[in-house]
Amino acid sequence: METNLWRLLLSVQPSRGLVDEKFSVRVQNAPPAHPLTMHALLHSEDGDTWEAFGHYVTDSGGDVNVSEDPSLGGTYDGVEPMGLLWSLRPAPGSRPGLRFRKRDAQTPMQVRLSVYQGHQSEGFMDRAVLASVMVERWYMAPGVRRVNITEGGVTGTLFLPPGPGPFPGLMDLWGGGGGLVEYRPALLASHGFASLALDYLKQADVKNEYFEDAYRVLQQHPQVCKNRIGLVGLSFGSSVALKMSVYSNVIQPRCIVCVSGSHIQHVGGTLADIFADIAKNQKKTRYNEENQVIWRDLLLPVPTDLSKKVDVGRLQCPLLLVVGEDDQNWPVPESADDMREMMEGAGNSHLLTVLSYPRAGHLIEPPYSPHCRAGTFMAAGSRKKFIALWGGEVAPHSRAQEDAWRKTLDFLRENLYCSAD
Amino acid sequence: VTVTPILSVLPTRGLVDEKFKVALENLPPRFPVTLHSLHQSEDKDYWEAFGYYVSDDRGRVTVSQDASLGGTYTGAEPMGLLWSMRPVPGSRTGLRLRKMDVQSPMVVLISAYKGHVFEGFREQPPMASAVTERWYMAPGVQRIDIRERGVKGTIFIPQGPGPFPGVLDMWGGGGGLVEYRSALLASHGFVSMALDYLSFETFKTHNECLSYFEKVFSIIQQHPQVIKDRVGICGLSLGATVTLTMAAYCKSISPRCCVCISGSHVFPSGVSFAEVFQFKEMDMGKARLDEQKRVIWRDMILPIPTDPQRKVAMGRIKCPLLLVNGDDDQNWATVESAEDMAKMMRAAGNDHLLTTLTYHDAGHLIEPPYTPHFRASNFIVQHSKQKVVMLWGGQTKPHADAQEDSWEKILAFLRQHLYPCPSSSLPQAKL
Repeated sequence: METNLWRLLLSVQPSRGLVDEKFSVRVQNAPPAHPLTMHALLHSEDGDTWEAFGHYVTDSGGDVNVSEDPSLGGTYDGVEPMGLLWSLRPAPGSRPGLRFRKRDAQTPMQVRLSVYQGHQSEGFMDRAVLASVMVERWYMAPGVRRVNITEGGVTGTLFLPPGPGPFPGLMDLWGGGGGLVEYRPALLASHGFASLALDYLKQADVKNEYFEDAYRVLQQHPQVCKNRIGLVGLSFGSSVALKMSVYSNVIQPRCIVCVSGSHIQHVGGTLADIFADIAKNQKKTRYNEENQVIWRDLLLPVPTDLSKKVDVGRLQCPLLLVVGEDDQNWPVPESADDMREMMEGAGNSHLLTVLSYPRAGHLIEPPYSPHCRAGTFMAAGSRKKFIALWGGEVAPHSRAQEDAWRKTLDFLRENLYCSAD
Repeated sequence: VTVTPILSVLPTRGLVDEKFKVALENLPPRFPVTLHSLHQSEDKDYWEAFGYYVSDDRGRVTVSQDASLGGTYTGAEPMGLLWSMRPVPGSRTGLRLRKMDVQSPMVVLISAYKGHVFEGFREQPPMASAVTERWYMAPGVQRIDIRERGVKGTIFIPQGPGPFPGVLDMWGGGGGLVEYRSALLASHGFVSMALDYLSFETFKTHNECLSYFEKVFSIIQQHPQVIKDRVGICGLSLGATVTLTMAAYCKSISPRCCVCISGSHVFPSGVSFAEVFQFKEMDMGKARLDEQKRVIWRDMILPIPTDPQRKVAMGRIKCPLLLVNGDDDQNWATVESAEDMAKMMRAAGNDHLLTTLTYHDAGHLIEPPYTPHFRASNFIVQHSKQKVVMLWGGQTKPHADAQEDSWEKILAFLRQHLYPCPSSSLPQAKL
């Protein structure tokens, strides 16, 4: 007895990939010229639901290949092999201001990819799927080891690549939200760098020596090459990275990556002094029509006074700046311009590389994870929650993340693996 | 200071039948290196493979493109580090690598060593290492124990809403509940049932045998996640003989298609299906030993009998049949059997159903790809419980190629016949 139905075959390769690995998504065995919706669903650790979808039409063989065929609409359009991941956004009805961040770097993101009949844009949970597979996206490659660091008063997590080592090291500094953010260093370790996530905003009065202690802990680890250490910073972490590299005698990185960072800060004080300084400019805070907070003016105008910005003319190692031109949180493009000017004046601009991305925002993260244009933000040590406008538009920001990550890894390899001693 | 090379394996976690890319960068130019793989089996034995390379002018080695100059494999072999694995020196003899726990991956350590090394890998530190996982089960595939009505098996259900086509998966005379091929089939969209049919108490009569297998087939067919008229059977070795018998004689079942790997339509023990399992009447007289005292069983069914009572009536097969054989099979005369099956089907007028794939220099154990080849291994003969070393045959490289090619063709064959193909006139899927 013939059954009058057809069954799709949905395949995703690899089904267990690293977060920055591309996958290929294919549908086969559908009728030709048939409309289908590809859908992605992700549950965060906080229980929120994120989704993305693209509208496709099968070819004459009844196939869809997401890497080659255009999405005709949805949360992304055009030929976008990874659109189902980077265009993920909170499902309708979600709490406002959500940002997707994986707290547990040792377990994978689990994304459910499904195929629906026709071109659907809503109500996915109430519709029957034609096919569905679970895909895992990992921050940690197999063999990467996670080590808690508590020595010397330093609180952090060290991720070590597999193998005998020794490995180049990285100190990974996050932003003003504080906490111990592990996913990026886990991913960096998956690419061969012993990476230390550092919790540095636990106390308001953290001393500059704390960073030097952390640097020493990393240097002295038996599996780390003491002369091949770099700094990677995001947002406020970039400010710390720049300051330490110029003014500390202990911290002598081989290279620095500053994502969405600024050199504008009160030099010669502690972090608490820097925060106090920024707070003085509170009245420059602006709000958009949705009452989201724009903080970029608090550091402007770019000072001419050298006590108010890191003297990058004294930098002795290569510096990679990653800039989102639509950054609404910090004046990153203006800072980058000023840094270039200072370095050209000092004669060390050959060390500088600037990657500047139009319509990208502040939170330039590893690729293929959801973009957050505005999100709930609570500064470390404060109880006040805001919805901060980070900036950026989904597609350009996602392209920026992909390009910047690749170039960041190349830069780190160039300077930490390849360069002669 | 020695430069540290950067070793990458992508994907880091793959299915067993997925290709990977192994690459080395940041070596000095024209630098000799050995790429090495190491795996510890569930039985705690160590398996390894290695290939010799020389980096190019940019200090790179790309395993999928560059030729290995020696080691356990040569030439441009993207997957050589897996299929050419063999037990490390000093291991127990007669080993066979099989994953019994399919819910965890095979973990393989890939390392790069300076120079062209052929031994002592454990005694020197590599320049770099990476770990890769090889899974039989895709994420979300469900594994369910089946213990009902005297049937012992495991069902694997693909992810998604279902229902799905089904495959009954049967191994050979070594017995046991072997799950890995079923798990992999489920990872490709088929509800798959692995069956331990040799522990079934006794098959006293031919009819008892048939009704046991009818019961087994109905378990998978009646499963709520299975499309009733899209169930196929896949069998290896003795399992292939069972497959053919079911397809020809079981009245209440009609498989949509059958795959027989390294099988024969000739009853090994001479007369009836029941006696296949009793093994009592098996004529061991024609078993031979080679110069290393390894057992060769291939002559036992030769010459192929003309008496129709001694073989499955191939004219009764009503569904497409794919035969997969190695011409260096030392365990069973599968190539001769395939020729006879074709002759019988030509005479009966159903040979349009038959496709035969014969692989030169492949042996008996044609398994899913990228797993090692064993020319011989330890085997316990079911009825006598005698421990022997069984000669399976095959040469490593041709056998590995056969596994890769046949698996692709088996999956395509199963999809073609079990996944309903839409035509433009069909209504949309009912669910």
